[in-house]
Amino acid sequence: MKESERTNLPVNDQQDRDSLTIAGETLGSRLFIGTAGYPNQQLLLDSLAASGSELVTVSIRRVGLEGYAESLLDLLDGRYRLLPNTAGCTTRKDAILTAELGREALDTNWVKLELIGDRETLYPDVEQLVEAAAELVEKGFVVLPYCNDDPVTCRKLEDVGCAAVMPLGSPIGSGQGIANPAMIEMICSRAGVPVVLDAGLGTASEAALAMELGCDAVLVNSAVAKSENPVRMAEAFKLGVAAGWSARASGRIPRRKYAEPSSPQLGLIGG
Amino acid sequence: MSQAYAITVNGAARRSRAGSLAELLEEEGLDPSRRGIAIALDGSVVARGAWADTGLAEGSVVEIVKPAAGG
Repeated sequence: MKESERTNLPVNDQQDRDSLTIAGETLGSRLFIGTAGYPNQQLLLDSLAASGSELVTVSIRRVGLEGYAESLLDLLDGRYRLLPNTAGCTTRKDAILTAELGREALDTNWVKLELIGDRETLYPDVEQLVEAAAELVEKGFVVLPYCNDDPVTCRKLEDVGCAAVMPLGSPIGSGQGIANPAMIEMICSRAGVPVVLDAGLGTASEAALAMELGCDAVLVNSAVAKSENPVRMAEAFKLGVAAGWSARASGRIPRRKYAEPSSPQLGLIGG
Repeated sequence: MSQAYAITVNGAARRSRAGSLAELLEEEGLDPSRRGIAIALDGSVVARGAWADTGLAEGSVVEIVKPAAGG
């Protein structure tokens, strides 16, 4: 979205303010939620409900290794759009096969493409990521890549046909927030596809910041799942995203070096 | 019943007599009609509709997956 479109959003137009379109599909919430690491299944379900999210991520794993006894598909399908990921894949080949298995398992051509280059930082392997993204686009996937907070990488991913770009705020699960806000803002101002801030957030104000910087959506998992009260934190993220989006659309005042009185100076007594 | 052959299922070595991927699922105690299961044979996805007609061979490598919690 262009700068002019952002700031000229009609304030009272709920549809424009709240909905997001990716690859022609409209989503009513700008918050995407991951399903991993909740204390139990009920807290997962309650947290998803509290978040207001319509898009939730799942992994694709060998049968018998899943966390919950019941099928996630039975629990979530029909209530949420499921976005399979390629989390943990370290080769282009594995990521593409995982994406194809996810498409078959969930009957969706959307994929959150992750190609991990380093186990310790979980940073993307950019070279393989761009190649895998291009190949998946070619195969008909709607590709949402988890990527670096790097405008060049984001541009390359956009150029090969990704439906969105999902730069990290900081390392996955770190709770460090947005390490490089200026670069996220730069990416947003240059992107021709939606920008989803993915990874590293720790609390709701950081989601608000992401939206104020120009992001179109936020993807969060650990910050909700591993908080002391996941359901309440999910709601906090919902409010944070909404607050940040509205603030962004409202056009903030410029930062000034000195004070600017808000009360009128005329008629001041005692002069 | 065909002769048993050595295959790999989800990283584990097996001897199987299954005549098809559908039979292999049953051998593994999985209901082939259950939603959300996907199978790759030797690195390529086999669509659900072809499970009953897709055979296995000595050395086949099978991955059987389903959605799980993820971020």
